[in-house]
Amino acid sequence: MKSIIAVLLFFAAFVFLPGSVSGQCKIFAKRVCKAELGSYMHDGNYHAAVLNEGEEAELYKTFFANHNYRLAICGDDNLAGVQFTVMDTDRNEIYTNRDNDYSTTWDYSPESTRQLLISVKVLSSESNNGQNSGCVAIMFGFKEK
Amino acid sequence: MKKLGSVFMFFIIFSFHSCRDSTTKVEEDDFEEGVTIEEIKDLERVKQVFYALPSPVEIASLLNSSGAVFDGDLLNPVENSGNYLTTKSMALNLGVYITDLSYAGFFDQTQVSITYMAVSKELAERLGIMDAVDGQTLERLEANLNNREIVMDIISETYLSSSAILKEDERESVAAMLFAGGLVEGLYIASSLVDANNVKGNELVRHLIDQKYSVELLMKILEMNKNNEDVEDIYSQVSRISEIYKTFEVPSSATPVPAGRGEKGAVTDTTGESVITQRQFQDLKEIIETVRYNFVSSV
Repeated sequence: MKSIIAVLLFFAAFVFLPGSVSGQCKIFAKRVCKAELGSYMHDGNYHAAVLNEGEEAELYKTFFANHNYRLAICGDDNLAGVQFTVMDTDRNEIYTNRDNDYSTTWDYSPESTRQLLISVKVLSSESNNGQNSGCVAIMFGFKEK
Repeated sequence: MKKLGSVFMFFIIFSFHSCRDSTTKVEEDDFEEGVTIEEIKDLERVKQVFYALPSPVEIASLLNSSGAVFDGDLLNPVENSGNYLTTKSMALNLGVYITDLSYAGFFDQTQVSITYMAVSKELAERLGIMDAVDGQTLERLEANLNNREIVMDIISETYLSSSAILKEDERESVAAMLFAGGLVEGLYIASSLVDANNVKGNELVRHLIDQKYSVELLMKILEMNKNNEDVEDIYSQVSRISEIYKTFEVPSSATPVPAGRGEKGAVTDTTGESVITQRQFQDLKEIIETVRYNFVSSV
């Protein structure tokens, strides 16, 4: 009986986990993170993933000269926090939310078109031995200048 | 011991799926007998990398701010949709149609928007991403045709849902083809609207030059999915556009900029100017037209 349950567990995990976990991420991105864009028009791109504490992700994005942008980076409530750093492609730091109480948004008005790198790191909590994981969404909104 | 083995197997599967959205994927075969939990944890920490292309909605807005006008003759006719029978042609042209839809929506072409939303819905259904565009989406679009902001929000949601469902279903290669179709259509519209005798100082040309970065990112996305033979073909086509772009002088994006100022404080940087010759523009336009023709005439 136990072995049957184990096999069922195996198949249930294989079949249902990818959709359910990333499906939750999509809902989180649309319902929670998109609201952070405020009056900026969401560009429609979807960037979200389940990250563990201490885990990092990077995103490359071109910012165009004749637009103003808002970047919103949100993490699940069960995560200790999300730190993000915006860099140029030579990894010179332009902005980090560490200096702004881990704010979830950053506004940017480029005078010339440029490609930037956004590095995201899930902060580690002291409790739970750093085992928490959760969805992190990165969203962009824009306005014409 | 058997129970422990089952739990361990469950943990492996969970870890594996958590990394699947990663561009630096951990393959199932990596988990061979004798791999320690610490090694699995190290694999889990492989940094994920994303590349954000301008979406169809952003492309339409960039066209608008570059002085573009609406020209319905540039759109891929909806009658072509019946020709798209393979995953490759359907994904490419779903991208094409959503960009056409965004272009029409941004320029307040209400009837065209409805028609292109309907054809996008049909292709999305045939691609197996039925939830991306449902009947309510069309109804909401029709009810708000005079409100550009809501129209663009509906289109943006459609694009988000399409790419999110493809990622959820681990059909990253199909998503890559969708992105390629969308971006190339944007390049095609922009280059077609340029007066070839008026290249210097032309805002649309400047917009096209700026898309060099987008083409670079698209090449990276396609390269990651080149194990799919459809993507490999698209990669080789887009690389023809990329080769032309490599001959352009575009100001370095590494120009130092002032540090960010306060929460939500806007940051500006220095202006860079890019110049291309009429010959370079013609070369780019011709390649874009060829690749776009190949996309919309694929079956």
